Order: sequence, then structure tokens, then C-alpha cells
Amino acid sequence: MSESPCSLLGCGQDDERRLEMEDYESGLPRWCSGCGDHAVLGAVERLLVSEQLPRERTVFVSGIGCSGRFPHYVNTYGFHGIHGRALPIATGVKLGRSDLNVFAVMGDGDCCSIGAGHWIHAIRYNVDMVALLLDNNVYGLTKNQTSPTTPQGWKTNTQPEGSYLPPLNPLSATLGVTNASFVAQSCDWVPGHLYQTLRAAQRHRGFSFVRVLQRCPVFTPAIFDSAARKPAETQLLVHERGVRDPEVESIYTNQVLHDPSDLGQARRLAEESGVVRIGLFYCDPSLPQYDKTRHVPHRTTDEKLALLESELDRYVA
Amino acid sequence: MNDSTQNAGLDTREQVEAPDASAVTCSESTVEIVSDAGEGAQKCGQIFATVSARTGNGVWTVEIIPAEIQPPPRTPGSASGVRIRLGSERVSNWGDAAQLVIAFNEQVLLSRHRLGALAEDATILIEDLWATHKDEAVRRAWADAMDEMGGRSYRFIQVPYEGACKAVMDNPRRGKNMFALGLLARIYGLDLELVREQIAHKFRRKSQEVYERNVQLMELGVSWAGAQLDLRIDVPAPPPEQAMVVMNGNQALAMGAIASGMELCSMYPITPATSVSHHLGEIFTRFGGIVHQAEDEIAAVGVAIGASYTGKVAFTVTSGPGLALKSESLALAVMTETPLVVVDVQRGGPSTGLPTKVEQSDLLAALFGQPGDAPKVVLAPSTIEECFHCMITARRIAEELRCVVIVLSDANLATGVQPFPRPGLDARWHAPPPDLTPVPEGARAYDWDERSGLSARILPGQPGGMHTTTGLAHDESSKVNYAPHVNQRGCAMRSRKLALLQRTLEPPTPHGAESGELLVVGWGSTRGAIEEAVDRARSRGLAVAALNLTFLSPLEPDLKQIFGRFRRVMTVEINYSDDPGADFITWENRRRGQLCWLLRAQLALDIDCWTQVPGEPLRPRAIVGAIESKLADGETP
Repeated sequence: MSESPCSLLGCGQDDERRLEMEDYESGLPRWCSGCGDHAVLGAVERLLVSEQLPRERTVFVSGIGCSGRFPHYVNTYGFHGIHGRALPIATGVKLGRSDLNVFAVMGDGDCCSIGAGHWIHAIRYNVDMVALLLDNNVYGLTKNQTSPTTPQGWKTNTQPEGSYLPPLNPLSATLGVTNASFVAQSCDWVPGHLYQTLRAAQRHRGFSFVRVLQRCPVFTPAIFDSAARKPAETQLLVHERGVRDPEVESIYTNQVLHDPSDLGQARRLAEESGVVRIGLFYCDPSLPQYDKTRHVPHRTTDEKLALLESELDRYVA
Repeated sequence: MNDSTQNAGLDTREQVEAPDASAVTCSESTVEIVSDAGEGAQKCGQIFATVSARTGNGVWTVEIIPAEIQPPPRTPGSASGVRIRLGSERVSNWGDAAQLVIAFNEQVLLSRHRLGALAEDATILIEDLWATHKDEAVRRAWADAMDEMGGRSYRFIQVPYEGACKAVMDNPRRGKNMFALGLLARIYGLDLELVREQIAHKFRRKSQEVYERNVQLMELGVSWAGAQLDLRIDVPAPPPEQAMVVMNGNQALAMGAIASGMELCSMYPITPATSVSHHLGEIFTRFGGIVHQAEDEIAAVGVAIGASYTGKVAFTVTSGPGLALKSESLALAVMTETPLVVVDVQRGGPSTGLPTKVEQSDLLAALFGQPGDAPKVVLAPSTIEECFHCMITARRIAEELRCVVIVLSDANLATGVQPFPRPGLDARWHAPPPDLTPVPEGARAYDWDERSGLSARILPGQPGGMHTTTGLAHDESSKVNYAPHVNQRGCAMRSRKLALLQRTLEPPTPHGAESGELLVVGWGSTRGAIEEAVDRARSRGLAVAALNLTFLSPLEPDLKQIFGRFRRVMTVEINYSDDPGADFITWENRRRGQLCWLLRAQLALDIDCWTQVPGEPLRPRAIVGAIESKLADGETP
């Protein structure tokens, strides 16, 4: 793929002035009051402001579900696609134009169920983007069906006797895939941590996977209540190369020192336990990125035509 | 070796005085090379076809492909090979029956016999190992096969393929295809320098030693034939008036993709489409393009849509089962008006069906495969040359109309080799570079022109154009909107583009006559066989003509007027239709061929069809039969 065509045409320049929060806002979010998506939107807008990401060169790609509406509320480019396919589309966007900042926003149904195949391969491709899993443990938009991350025994409209299976662990799954380069978890009840996590994800070059634990105010309103109310039940992963926020660290004192380059310990910490662990589980910026590996030089039309003439010579009768 | 090889079952209708006593001159000749899978018959045939085309002959090849990777050897199911039909003039299809056969054993030959692929008096150059093999079971199988084929006047000539190759190869099984090439080179009087050149090309990734050994084997075949075979066939070819290229349909699609300015081919392997990506993959990087092999068919189209959304020129290539998997994504591209070219190299269906064999059964799926109204452009190349040029047409339509264009090729075109005039490349075939200038004040994502449905794209990177593209119903600003009039209008705007496109198309021209008793309508790779059948029928005095449709959506203009000049209209297709004479089948409940279905629905005319699903290209003779029985049938239409 060619480099940014902007540089060729000398256009598409960033705005000169500093962009503020309202510059990145678009429309009034139509999520329920108390939805975790509001918290993620707030953290993302804060990130856009702090990093001053050019609006015209930032693309949010989403699937279907409450999270699918995310791009509509950000004043950048957006692609609200189909259920489970945010990652292939986002991959295409980045392969198409390496100059764009790409975010893929998915729900737990999107990422872990209908799009699970793409999820595994997107981790392995390690294309430079931020992938957000907005995980509220339930299908909310379609009114209360079991998702792969619904806790066992939790009653929904499709499994009224309670979910039959233990939930899928998205962190363990991601950390199990070859070439995983950035795996973090945050939550909607610690906004400072969520922002710092997104910031680290955005600065990482490669596929930055962030699972955000959040509630659905209608169908899983109290699912993280205990952890949200008792700081001791939220355990911070701390390390100098991890996600840092002094204010958060002063409140959440249940901490574990974890070097994000230690994959073995990351996998152990990702296992289910009595506490909710948030922080940077794993980061390896040295892993191969598919978008970089597949980078090809730009060719002008004239160059291509000359090359094609010589290719056709091979077929001459 | 055998005097009677002079009239060895060759088409001698147009025989002229032979240049020497033993050479037969004819205007065309069809040869098959059949072997067990893995014995290299296709390589032999490809070189033979390419060299023949280079010296000016018309050529059409069809691969004979076993369904399994390593079927048990010496069984009819193992038959692998190629048919090559040569002509003094352009050849447009694989013809009826082979007059000359190179067979490495009698079992693979038997499979061709059973399929009626061999001329009544075909000459068969058969391996001499089996009749006197030390294994009694082999000798019995040989004898049984000879009994079964005994009813025909085949002329068998025993050839020591493996015996002769032992001089060069430790494993003679692996050399006999080049020995056979030598036989053909001698029989057809090929330029050996060109044959060596093609061998070098085929083995370009192998060592010099491999090349030299293959040339040695070929030359061994030439001298054996010179000494032992009194069989010469001359298919005179006038030197071509213009520069020609020779390739198969999938190579032409790949070359056409490059010529059209494509930058990304996003695909998942599926027979018989995959080799498009092989041909591209070998060279695409040098053109600044990439072949992305995705994790599945859905991801393949998703990546193409994502890249196209950013202004990259992207396409995806697949076959029937893959088209089905891509369906929801295609509707997304339609709804978001993201340009996309989808190549479907059709195979036999439904389900896994006949993965390596030809069918034209994806037409209605291409047109109507998406729940909801999803208007798309569908076009079908009918020759190898059109495989090249249709990519340029498809890319331009996709970009200019912001729409999905499905190109329906098939397994016959995919592996068929045909020479065609070397394309004169044109910079205008390429898309202009993406316009990333700031969008004008007030511009919207879908500023639909009310008459045509056209609107200008806004690409990521364009300052001031920020909006969210969505698969939900939306208004001109790409805002989600479920209001009745908004949805009605969006559907109308996406549909209207097809009507606009139709206005730019030329009415098609019938082949043979402008009016008459019967018009045979076809699409795609059957064109050559249909036109040849019509020519034969016309030479017998039948008032019949042929019409090929390149555009299936929108249909080409003036069809009703053209059809009206014929008393009857009948489609000929390689897809399923009920036999009208079968039990329970009535005019009302009969399920008809797919183009027939479409034309009846669109034109409100009582159009008939004759369709077959044999897993092989149609033979002109069979179409002539269908024409004759249609004309003999007193009923109208």
C-alpha cells in the first residue's frame, strides 16, 4: 500500500488551532443513562483532546449492538458496519491508509461471539489500531440475551434457567494468541484508569486490545457493584512500564506489581479470581505488525503501466 | 508404423492437398492428454497450447481435473489432463470430441470414453506397459477396458512412454509428460525453439539441470515420433496480424486487475478462483499492490470494503460458497455505497458441489443474494480477452457509481487458455488518486443527484468531511434515519444508478441474423459453443441466431425489440432447469435456467431454456441438437 496520499497532494493538513472536547463531540449519545458506554466515550474524547488526534485522520469502526453507535458520537470519520465484522473493516482501513488512526469498538457479542474468528486473527495480524471490547456481559440492544461473557447461572431471555456455561475469558483468550502485543483491562468505574489505559493503547504501535468492564444499566446493572463500591475488590496491576495514574493508585491500594513483558505472569493474572484486575497485562512493542510487513512502495500510474507492459511480454504469442 | 494413421479420425472435411504423403492438413484438430493425477499431463498440454498459439493458431484449452488430490492411480476417477482444440482461425470453445488422444493408461482413457469425449474414430497413443504387464490384475483391467471400448473404431497405437523415459529418468513416471510433448511437437510440426522456451518458463523456479532434463525428454519424444509414427497433422495458421498474448482466464483477471489500477486483492482460498491470487501474488508487490489472504471469506470482503472506504482500489475474488458467505458484507457495501469489485469464478453447486468444474449457477445469487433490496451491477466475461477487459469496466463502474460490481467468470474460463490481441494499456483505466482536499462547505456524504442517484464520495482524510458511514438507513448526511420517506428515497437513489448505467450501454448485436425462427441467448463462457452451434445450424438452413449478454444487471437495452424479431427465444446455460417432459413438471411449476428466469421476469416474455449441469463445458453438437428439437417442436414459444 502506498504511504499517505496526503503527503503527495500537500493537503489534508491538521487544523492549526488546538482542538477542545466539543470539537470531538458529535450528537447526543442515545445510550441509556448509566450505561458504561458513556464512560468509554468520555475517556476517548479526553484521549482525542490530550493527543490532539486530527479529526479527519481518525476513524472509529464499529459493529452492531449498543457499542455500534459509538462512531456516531465522535466528530471524526466513522464506519458503523455489521455485526462481528468491525475488525476486518478496521484492518482494511489501516491497510488502505497507514496515516489514519484507527479504533475498533466492539461489544462482547461482536468481538467474542459472532466475530470471534476475526478477533483471534486480528490479534495475530497485530495491525496498528486500538481495539475496544465494551464488555457488559450481556446483549443489551436486543434486550437481554446471554453473551459469551455472561456469568454462569445468570438468567437472560434466551437462557431463563441461567447461563449454562462458564464465561469465556477474553483476556486469557487474547493472551493465548501468538503475536498478541498489547493486552489491557480497565473498567467504567475508574475513569482515570480507563483514560490512562486508552492513552497507553493509542501510543502502542500494533494491535492494542483493551477490555472495558462495564455494566448495562438495564440488564446487568449490579454486575460489578461489589468491585465498584469496594476498592479492595479492584486490584491494580502496577509497574513503571504499565498504566500509571497516581490518583487512582492512591485510592486503589490493592495492587500487584506486574511487569507487562512477563507473559507467563500475565496469563496467570488473567485467570478468574476473587478480584477484578485492571491494568496492562502484556505489552511487547517489538512484535511484527502485518501492516508494516505488507507495506509496499507507491507506484505512479506510468510506472505501473511500464511494468505491466513487461509482464505482458511474458505472455506474448 | 501404421498406414491407416493417415485418416486417423481427424476432421478432414476441409482437407487440402497434403505437403507430403503422410501429413494431414485440416482446419482444426482436437487433442486430449490424459494421465493419472500428478503425471503432468496439464503441463504438457499448456506448453503445447501456448506454442501453437504463438505460431498463430486459434486455441482453446479445457483442463480435466480430478476431484481428489491423489486419487488411486489407474482408475477412471484419476483422469487428469487437458483438451486442446487448435484451429486455423480463432477457436472459441472446446468443441465436441477429441480426434487424437495421448493416454498414459487405459483406465483414464476409459473415463473419457464413458463421457463421450472421444471421436468415433479417434487415434489413441496409449502407453504400452499395461497390455503385457506382469500383474495379472492389470492385464485383466486392460482387457476389460478394451472390451468396453471395442464398439468404437478407435485406432490404438502403443507407445513406450515410460520405457523410453528410462534412458533419462530414474522414475520414468515423472518424465513421460515431456516425452509426450515431444510426440505432439513432432506430430504438429511445432517450432522446437519455442517449445524449449516454454519449458524454460514452466520450470523457471527450478534448476538448470531440471530444465535440461525436460528438454532432453521432449527431444526424445520428437525423435521417437519421427522414427516410429507415420502421423503428421498440419493445422495451418496465418501469421497473426497483430501482437497477441496467450493466457488463461484467471491470469487475464489478474492482469486486468493490475491494468485497472487495483491496489488490493483481499481473498480467501477457494477453487477455482484462487489462482487469480497466485498470478497476482507473484508480481503485485512490484506494482505497489498487495494480495491479502484473510482468515475467511467474510474477513476477505471486510478488508476490501475497509480499504475501499479509505480510497484504495480494492477487490475480492471468490467462488459460489464464498459469495454466499460474503453476502451480508456485500449488502453493507451497497448500503454505504462503497465501491467494490467482487470476482466470482463460478463452480458447480449447491454447497460444495463440483469444486473444480464449471457451472453458471450463481447468477441469481449475485443478483438477489442479499435480504433487503441491494441493487448491484453484474457482468460476465465470455472470453479470456473479456476476463482482462471486464476488470477495467468493473473498476470504473464501481468507482463512478459508488456501487458493488460482481464479475461472474467460471471454471471453464479460469483454466481455459486462448490467445487474444495484446491490450493497448491506457492510463485512463486507472482510478485517479484519492482527492483529500477539504470538502466544500455544506457538502454531505450522500448528496444524491435526484435523477441519477449519483453522489460524490467523501474520504477519510478530507478535512471538514467527518461523518459516520453506516449500514443503517440514513439520510443525505449519513445520519441514521428510519423515517418512511428517508428509507424510500435511499432505496430509490441506490437503485436509480443502475437505470443510469443502462442508459450508457449499447444494445447487444445478435450473431448470425437479426431475425428468424429462434434466438439462442446465453451469457458467460458458453458464448463460443453457442455461436459455433448457431453457425452449424445456419449452415444446415435453420433460421437461428445467438445473443450473448455481458451485462446481467442492469440488462442491456432493447432486448424486448431484439427478441421480438424472432418467433422463439431460448436461453442455453450451464445450470439446472426441470425437464419440461418430466413427471409433475408443468409450464407453471417448471424451474427454469437462471438467465431464462431473469429475462422472463424482466421482459414478461415466455422465454424457454435448455440447460445442463454436466460439470463440463457445453459441446456445440449438443446445442445444435437442442436447437433442432426446439425448432421441431410445433408449440410456440
